[in-house]
This record gives sequence, C-alpha cells and structure tokens, in this order.
Amino acid sequence: MKKVLFQSRLVPYLLLFPQLSIVIVFFLWPAAEAVRASFYLEDPFGFGSTFVGFDNFVDTVTSTDYGRVARFTAVFTSLVTFLSLGLALLLAVKADKVLRGSSTYKTLLMWVYAVAPPVAGLIGVLLFDQHVGPIVDFVAIFGWNLNIGVDYYDTAFAMTVTAVWKQVPVNFIFFLSGLQGISKSVQEAASIDCRSGFRRFWTVTFPLLAPTGFFLLIINITYAFFDTFGIVDILVKNEPGNNPVTLVYKVYLDGFRGNDLGGSSAQSVILMALVFILTVIQFRLIERRVHYN
Amino acid sequence: MATITLDQVRKVYGGVVEAVKGVSVDIADGEFIVLVGPSGCGKSTLLRMIAGLEDITTGEIKIGDRVVNNVDPADRDIAMVFQNYALYPHMSVYNNLAYGLKNRGMAKDEIDRRVKEAARILEIGDYLDRKPRALSGGQRQRVAMGRAIVREPAAFLFDEPLSNLDAKLRVQMRVEIKRLQRSLGTTSVYVTHDQLEAMTLADRLIVLNGGNIEQIGAPIDVYDKPASTFVAGFIGSPAMNLLPVKAVDGGLGLETGSGLSVPNLHGQDKCLLGVRPEHLEVVDQLPNGPHAQVTVNVLEPVGAESYLYASFENGGPEIVIRVSSHAVHKPGEKLFLGIKPENLHFFESQSGKRIGD
Ligand SMILES: Nc1ncnc2c1ncn2[C@@H]1O[C@H](COP(=O)(O)OP(=O)(O)OP(=O)(O)O)[C@@H](O)[C@H]1O
Ligand SMILES: [Mg+2]
Repeated sequence: MKKVLFQSRLVPYLLLFPQLSIVIVFFLWPAAEAVRASFYLEDPFGFGSTFVGFDNFVDTVTSTDYGRVARFTAVFTSLVTFLSLGLALLLAVKADKVLRGSSTYKTLLMWVYAVAPPVAGLIGVLLFDQHVGPIVDFVAIFGWNLNIGVDYYDTAFAMTVTAVWKQVPVNFIFFLSGLQGISKSVQEAASIDCRSGFRRFWTVTFPLLAPTGFFLLIINITYAFFDTFGIVDILVKNEPGNNPVTLVYKVYLDGFRGNDLGGSSAQSVILMALVFILTVIQFRLIERRVHYN
Repeated sequence: MATITLDQVRKVYGGVVEAVKGVSVDIADGEFIVLVGPSGCGKSTLLRMIAGLEDITTGEIKIGDRVVNNVDPADRDIAMVFQNYALYPHMSVYNNLAYGLKNRGMAKDEIDRRVKEAARILEIGDYLDRKPRALSGGQRQRVAMGRAIVREPAAFLFDEPLSNLDAKLRVQMRVEIKRLQRSLGTTSVYVTHDQLEAMTLADRLIVLNGGNIEQIGAPIDVYDKPASTFVAGFIGSPAMNLLPVKAVDGGLGLETGSGLSVPNLHGQDKCLLGVRPEHLEVVDQLPNGPHAQVTVNVLEPVGAESYLYASFENGGPEIVIRVSSHAVHKPGEKLFLGIKPENLHFFESQSGKRIGD
C-alpha cells in the first residue's frame, strides 16, 4: 500500500468533507431524527409531540398486522434471494461454458447485461400489467385468472417474479466474472480427477465461487428488503389493504398514509438495526473468508 | 502402467490453426518421453490430447490396448501435472491428494495409506493440513506431484511443471522427478521448452517444430546426430555453429569470406556446415586437417568454462567456441582452430535436412 503524506493536516479533512457532509446530511441526521421520533407520539396535525418511551416499539411488534407483513417479507426475501441467485448461477454456468476462450463474446455479453437491470425492471412490471401484460394473458390460457393488485397471492406471485427478474442480471454478471476467475487448469485438473460434471461443480466450482456467492447473498437480501419498494408500490396500486407489502413499504404506509410518524419511525429503527446486523455479519465473514489467489 | 501409441494425430483449432500435423509415435511401457520445442510448436496441444482435455481432430491415441479418442479424461487412467500446479485452492493438501481417489470410490483407509505414502516420498507430510496458498512454490510443486502419484496411473503427463520455479529449485526438482519416475516405472510424457531439462530427463526426446516431429531419439543421439538445422540449433547450449559453405578447390570454404577449410565429404556444391562449440579446438599452428582462422571478439566466462565469440575475416559469420575457464584471449587476437572430421555436420541449404549419417 502506498502512503501519501500531506503537508497540511487540514488537507485530508478538506478532501473528505464532501463525502462526510453527504453522509451526515442524508444518512446520519435522518437516522438520528428517526430514532428520536420513535420515542414520541407525534400529533398527526403537527401540533407538538409527547414522549412515550418504548410504547411505539411495543405497539409495532405486538400488532398482528406487523407480524403478517414481517412474515411475508421474510418469505418474499428468501424466495427472491434464492431464486435470483439460483437462476443467475445456472445461466452464468451455461454462459461460462460458451465463453471460455472467446473474449469478444464476453465483452459483448457483459455490455448487454450491464445496461440490462433497470430496463429489465421496467419490462418486468410491464409483463404483469393487468391490461397489456403478456404474462397475464399467458397464464389465462391455463385458466389462471391473475388478479394483480386484487388477489393477495396473485400479487405476491407477480411481486416475486418481477423482483427476481430484475435482480437476475446483476447476479449473473457477478457469477459469470466469478466463474471466469476460476483458473482453467484447476477445472481441467478436476476433470481428470472426477468424471461427473455435477459432482465437479459442487466440489470444486461452487466452493471457489463461494466468496462471490456470499457477497451476492447479502446484496440480494438487502435488495429484496429495501430496493423492491418501487415494485411493491406499482403492483399494490394504492390498495395496500388486502395486498402483500414488505416491511419497508409498511414504514411508508404507516408514516405517510397513516400519519403515524412515531410508529413508522419505530419500524424504521428496527430495520436500521437489521441492516446493521447484516453489515456486521458481512464484514465479519468477509474478513474470515479466504481470498483465493 | 501402459504403452501410449499415437497414430497420425492431428489437431486443428477452429478449422484454421493446425497446431499438430500428423504425429505418430510409440511410447514404450515405463518410458520417459520428453516433448521439446519452441513456444507454439504444439507440445501442450499434443499432451492435452493424450490427457483428453483437447479433442483429437483426426488420428488415434491408444493408452495400453485401448483407443481413448472418445474416453473421458477421468477414465483414461492418466495423471497430469500442470505448469501452474492447478491445486484446488479451497482444499487442504491432504484433500488435494485424496480428491481424485475419493471420486473413484476408493476405501478411506486405502486413500489414507496412499496419501501418507506419497507425502512421505515427497516430504510434504508436515503440510497436509495446510491450504495451497500457505505453501511456497516448491512445496506446491510437490503437492502437484503428489496428486499425480497417489493415483498410481498408467501414465504421468507433465506440462512444463518446473518453469515457475527458481533456477536452483528447478534443478533439484528435475533430479527428483527423474528419480521418482525411475522408481515408480510409470510411463511419462513431459513437455518442456528447456533443452537442458529435455536432455537430462528423457529416455527419448521428441523434438517438435511447427506441429511436426523433427526428430525422435535418445538425447545423446539427437545431440550427436541432429536430423536438421532446427534440431542442431535447438538442442545444445550454446547452439551449434551453422556456417553456409560452398565447394572450393578440393574442399569446402565459407560462402562469404575466407578462413575456413574443411573436406567436402558428401560432394556438395553448397550446404550448411555445423560444428558444436566444444568441437572447435584452439591450436598453435595452422593444422593440416579441417581448420578455421578467426579473430576474437568477446570472451564470456560462465564459471566452469568460457565461451569465445569470434568472427571470420572479411565479414564472415560469427562463431562460438567453448574453451577452458582459464583460457586467456584478448579481443582482436587471431586464432587457429582445428576440427576433427568426425565432428563435422552437413545440412542441405534449402531444407536444412542432415546430409549423410
Ligand atoms: N484454444 C486454442 N485455439 C486456437 N489456437 C490455439 C489454441 N490453443 C493453442 N492454439 C495454437 O496452437 C499452437 C500450439 O499451441 P501449444 O499451446 O500447443 O504450444 P506450446 O508448444 O505448448 O507452446 P508453449 O511453449 O508456449 O506453451 C499455437 O500456435 C497456438 O496459438
Ligand atoms: Mg505449452
């Protein structure tokens, strides 16, 4: 590592200032505000607030609605993470077979997939559009009358598929570059040592991909938890009552629709704690993880 | 243990690059064969075809009595040692060695016995629990060897296994590989571009050039009677001196310049004359037999001996002479060189093929 010495002791702080101010203004301050608000009962019309201690947290955690949403979020997150990782890995393994040795292909494919995710998200939503969405028409052939935004399970289905659809390309890129990073001769040595390609995958390729996979696991959990807000918002169509929503969406619902700022702040503090735990796990494990070669 | 038979083996990459152009050779049981040649001559390709890592475009490869063209690498009963060792980074040394055995469904105690035995032979017993990244280059090399020998395969295939080691370790491992191969008696094919490694290891050398076999033979035979100027230039260091010569009154002289006189043993008008650096002898007076007259350019001491670079008069070619390390010669000094007739090699000017035997 190269060490740079600054003449003035002020320069480093000056250089860090823009980044630090963004962190303070957009992250630390709102977070602190949320923590403060979670201990108060806010008057819906803005006329003052009363300190209520942990009441907001107790109310939140004990409400049946919260339990229901938390359960859905857990199922949704697991499904989205598992499916988008699994599908991406499958596709990446296939692509890796084709790509070995031909770098033109690789660059092209990387390009396509680098621009894909936002577009894919948009298309995903369009595919499930109640009026023009081809998937709705397609499943209708089999007698499944998809009622997105009306039927709880239909909406959950659409939500999961769209979220997976949007995340697969990102995972694909990471898995593919992870696979390409595995030395060709290690793969060849394995093909001499083990006949079954399936077994080879699970005993050599997969473990070598584990650091990538673990990194993606955290990314995907975070994604399913937080970044699916837009998808949820579009699919529930302002009818959150009988539709599935995630915990993050519920924060928004309770805070801005229900005007329960205290309860919503308590929920976001719980989520913050969750993110914190996730981050700690990630750093702990990444530190211990092997960096091959 | 088995023989390996190659019959007109060809490899064409992507329909255009002909990397191996019809190679036939019979490798005997227990023989140590070294494939040697410059970069890009198709050595690795040929080895990888034997291993099954590369499809065979045409021709036939047999290991033992079995044609293996369409046999999976894992079923060919071969073990390969790669240049970068290709150890499994996530497995301990023990598991690196055991992996191939486990996949073949071998009993646990037999695996353990073989791994321990290999570890003992290669002196890697102390590292069995370590991951490859915690080993030095030389230790990794040993593990790679260990992975090959625990399998007790019909043949070992080596693709430049020593080229990532430093010079000293390379010599040490070279000796060890030879000793190991002798004691196990396993048929081996070894790829290298290092002619010294080739000479020291091989029972028989195969010199490859541009996908073709230039010469097959015992190292000393290849050295003594190179089949072409290519082999003459490739095997031996410093390389054999090759001088363009033409017929002049009763013998052969340099095409350009003077100062060389050798008998025209094969009645050629024009050909290439080959003389190894050690076969040029500095003498006091102009001898009667084959001789040369040169002017010293540089003396290059390498320790045990010195190399003398000298050129003929009138802009003739430069030659190398191997002299004793104690020889003292100054640049500009004129020298007489004597050559024994039996140490002269003649090659066709055009094809570079050896003339006579
Ligand atoms: N996958 C491939 N596709 C196309 N051409 C290839 C491929 N692999 C090798 N070649 C070509 O085949 C020829 C022989 O390659 P090979 O790797 O066998 O050479 P080598 O003798 O082992 O050289 P080196 O000493 O550099 O390892 C080269 O011209 C190389 O460019
Ligand atoms: Mg090679």
